Amino acid sequence: MLETAVICVGIMISIALILNLWRLLVGPDLVDRIVALDTMYINSIALIMLFGMYNKTSLYFEAALLIAMLGFVSSVAFGKYILRGDIIE
Amino acid sequence: MSIITRLLPMPAHSFLLLIVWLMLNVSFSLGHIILGSVLAVIIPLLCAPLQVPQPKLKRPLRAVRYVFMVLGDIVVANVQVAILVVGPMRRIKPGFVAIPIDLEETLLITILASTVTMTPGTLSAELSKDKNWLYVHVLNMPDNEEEVISLIKNRYESAIKEIFQC
Amino acid sequence: MSFWVEVIVSILLIIGGTFVLVGSIGLFRLKDVYCRLHGPTKATTVGLGGILLSSMIYMSHHNGYLSIHELLITLFLVITAPVTAHILAKAAMHHKVKTMEATRNSHMVTTAREQRPPVSDNDAGSS
Repeated sequence: MLETAVICVGIMISIALILNLWRLLVGPDLVDRIVALDTMYINSIALIMLFGMYNKTSLYFEAALLIAMLGFVSSVAFGKYILRGDIIE
Repeated sequence: MSIITRLLPMPAHSFLLLIVWLMLNVSFSLGHIILGSVLAVIIPLLCAPLQVPQPKLKRPLRAVRYVFMVLGDIVVANVQVAILVVGPMRRIKPGFVAIPIDLEETLLITILASTVTMTPGTLSAELSKDKNWLYVHVLNMPDNEEEVISLIKNRYESAIKEIFQC
Repeated sequence: MSFWVEVIVSILLIIGGTFVLVGSIGLFRLKDVYCRLHGPTKATTVGLGGILLSSMIYMSHHNGYLSIHELLITLFLVITAPVTAHILAKAAMHHKVKTMEATRNSHMVTTAREQRPPVSDNDAGSS
């Protein structure tokens, strides 16, 4: 039963990633694209944790933590850049 | 200044660092506790000069209660936003509200703004320069704007004030 | 693996996956930038929280010891998600992104951009 649930949730997250990709490509404004990219980071964390559960290992935890940290920093850097045209003030 | 306060300029941070180190390694062995303790002493010593004075946490128990209240609100907010998002788009009436805030310290304003962003259909967008107004974007605005303002002021701002007693 | 652990883990996974999907549907369907920010910041914290919680229970049961390091990711995301949303909302205001027509008080964007206190409706035209 758990295998079925993991695969179902994997499919759901993949659909979510495709919707984000559509917004990333189409998004009328720059900010839309950054929001889409940020959401893609979060969804990929979910996908990696799911892959770890599928393989019954917690090795992928570090990868998920790194993506969480880098995703936050890069989103804020993008935001600051279009806010001021400069990352470090 | 005693030797303990000189070695541990930020005791709460040191404790948190040790806990995070042990959680990262998923182990309570003696080696990890010693290594974590060494890191928990050295890192605050290096970072202490960067510290900006912040208001003290006066009532830790109320802070814990506040965290659980906000967690409950986050779950409720998610269900509400999910229903709005999946339903017809015509029902969504967004709007901006300016909320007058009485908090002085930046830490408290940060906590309030973060709470507002995490809870029911509201998103803090901007703070005025004199720190008196918080601009909030509301996903589904009730007919009376005062409802949103009084909810945020009575439920969250007063709780934060009580925690820090200012 | 006992049956009930499997049931709890599956239910948490399905809840989490649903919320992640709803967040992305919000990003896809909503009409303007400010509304689109609502979907991801809210839905993904609970969605990811559900998935990480189920992973925590499953790994603890599978390995035989308490595995709580997934809590670190949840904690990190709960702290950082509002900061990202706030910065992006500021950036959207700075770029003068159009709000959707139904938005009330959209005149506040002009005062908020310059970090000024709001102007009341009556003297909005005169200033």
